[in-house]
Amino acid sequence: MENNNPQFIPISKIVEEAQDIKTFYFEHSLNSKPGQFIMLWVPEHDQKPFSIAYDDGKSFGLTFFKRGPTTTKLFDMKVGERVGIEGPFGTSFSRKPDTHYIMVAGGYGAAPLGFLAESLLSPPAGGGDARRAEGVGVDFCVGARNKDLVLFKNRIEKIPNTKLHIATDDGSEGHKGYITDILSNLIDSAEKKVLVVTCGPELMEKKILNICNEKNTDCEISIERYMKCGVGICGQCAVDPIGICMCKEGPVVKRELANKITEFGKYHRDKSGKIIYF
Amino acid sequence: MSKLKTRFLDKEFKNPIVLASGILGLTAASMNNAVNNGCGGVTVKSVSKDARPGHPNPTMTGTDHYFINAVGLSNPSVAEGIKEFAKFKEMTNAPLVGSIFAGTPDEFAEVTEIICQSPIDFLEVNVSCPNVSKEFGTPFAYDTKAVEVITKKVKEKSTVPVIIKLTPQAWNVAEIAKVAEDAGADAICAGNTISGMAIDIRARKPVLHNKQGGVSGPALFPVALKAVYDIYKTVKIPIIGTGGITTGEDAIAMVMAGASLLGVGSAVYYRGQDVFEKINNEMTEFMKKENINSLEEIRGIAHK
Ligand SMILES: Cc1cc2nc3c(=O)[nH]c(=O)nc-3n(C[C@H](O)[C@H](O)[C@H](O)COP(=O)(O)OP(=O)(O)OC[C@H]3O[C@@H](n4cnc5c(N)ncnc54)[C@H](O)[C@@H]3O)c2cc1C
Ligand SMILES: Cc1cc2nc3c(=O)[nH]c(=O)nc-3n(C[C@H](O)[C@H](O)[C@H](O)COP(=O)(O)O)c2cc1C
Repeated sequence: MENNNPQFIPISKIVEEAQDIKTFYFEHSLNSKPGQFIMLWVPEHDQKPFSIAYDDGKSFGLTFFKRGPTTTKLFDMKVGERVGIEGPFGTSFSRKPDTHYIMVAGGYGAAPLGFLAESLLSPPAGGGDARRAEGVGVDFCVGARNKDLVLFKNRIEKIPNTKLHIATDDGSEGHKGYITDILSNLIDSAEKKVLVVTCGPELMEKKILNICNEKNTDCEISIERYMKCGVGICGQCAVDPIGICMCKEGPVVKRELANKITEFGKYHRDKSGKIIYF
Repeated sequence: MSKLKTRFLDKEFKNPIVLASGILGLTAASMNNAVNNGCGGVTVKSVSKDARPGHPNPTMTGTDHYFINAVGLSNPSVAEGIKEFAKFKEMTNAPLVGSIFAGTPDEFAEVTEIICQSPIDFLEVNVSCPNVSKEFGTPFAYDTKAVEVITKKVKEKSTVPVIIKLTPQAWNVAEIAKVAEDAGADAICAGNTISGMAIDIRARKPVLHNKQGGVSGPALFPVALKAVYDIYKTVKIPIIGTGGITTGEDAIAMVMAGASLLGVGSAVYYRGQDVFEKINNEMTEFMKKENINSLEEIRGIAHK
């Protein structure tokens, strides 16, 4: 049987990362793996999926972008107030020794990828497996609209063997343009076996999948779909044409599986189940 | 698996397990996976005239003993839904049960006309959802008159056999089933979830956003079993026994009470996506041990 492992726990710390971006911390041992998510319940409002942004084995963190009613409500909450947490749910990014990771993050995707980089290279931040992965280096690529929205710059700069690359739409920091513009070069110049991992807007992820297909490079992608139950019952997050639930067999899928999800980069379904094209 | 072959109205099912409405039933591909995981047939998530987002989350939760949901009948509308039903039939020829609900008898007729443009094999009429009473009032399935009128209206428009889905929470469910039969129903599904609640004791609040929800899973099984037993005594039309079936033993008991097909939903939560295959194997195993050659042999046998 599924164990939802429901908790009702206080927010222990709140960090403002940038305009409309906050991280909440909880003193609770979640034992999650990078890429997994929890369902967060704000009583009388809603319950929504969020990726795990930090987990050091003793506490964990979640990073929110202010978007609609639930996240707006979260932005009003204070330290000490309690929320419901269920999970962790879903699949995670692979942990492989002797691998060059190229991590490509857009938006809050930097949160789970920051957790992944930490779990590989700076334990105990990163929780779970408390040892450092052997022979791992990371290119950490972040895309944002402008330099104020680049998430976790300080966090990533602290991780050993990790090089930060930034791209902004307006050129206010790093490369001017899309972060995907620099991906090909990074893949070509890597000296080890490469694993590309990505979490961010779907059209960015789709570009990355295409590049990895062209170069026959391994890649893992976090695919978000509208989720209700989180445990593979309701079928709300089933993807075409293979019908698997992204809350259960995702959100993180390998390249081969991503290639079978033909709706990826084309459409998704809303809360009613109606198809919405990107 | 040949021991499990079941004839239901005009169709042959490779086994009696049908995916219950509302579980993994939103997309064609997901229903096709249920077939690949052992379902003899599938029921779609109920559709209505207009699209509905459903209730806010939490919409469902489970414990060892019960599952409870108040999804609020979210669906993309019958017009969008039928596109998926057509896709399903391109993927497999397993029997497909359409499912509809509406707020008034005339709207049931309207939705029936539209859904019958799709390649469904049967039409299940959900008059028994307990989770939308704020919007629609008491479920029709408590009211003999409402069931009679809706059954007639749907029968008039339907091009496929009509199944009326009742609730075991109605104390007179057998009488209501008889009313449906007399009004022309081709089969009865017994039944839906029963009204309940879960409270998060740390939050000091109901878990479900809708507060009230429909109880399914193991706790519902004896209730559904008794409903099927009572209905079998009262009507001649076949029954889909639905509610809490989690193991092959549950399934066999349901057949002994008189069910022809067996709806399975929440068991996915308890035993995974391949629960249908597991239940089939357990039924076959039991039948071998007890020298039972076909389900026909034991159908309704608990009444003898
Ligand atoms: C696996 C996964 C991981 C996520 N991780 C994060 C994260 O780390 N940080 C973060 O800020 N957001 C994350 N999200 C998105 C998050 O669920 C939405 O931001 C949140 O639900 C918005 O709710 P709202 O009421 O504020 O806004 P709404 O107005 O309700 O929604 C805004 C948008 O959020 C998305 N969304 C809303 N509800 C859901 C749902 N139930 N399932 C999936 N998407 C939904 C839709 O695209 C919608 O258009 C994640 C989503 C998924 C599926
Ligand atoms: C999440 C969920 C959604 C449901 N949605 C519907 C629905 O849309 N229409 C319907 O007729 N029944 C719906 N039901 C009821 C089931 O079809 C079934 O009658 C009930 O769950 C009892 O069977 P079970 O114990 O095997 O789940 C739903 C049940 C669940 C758990």
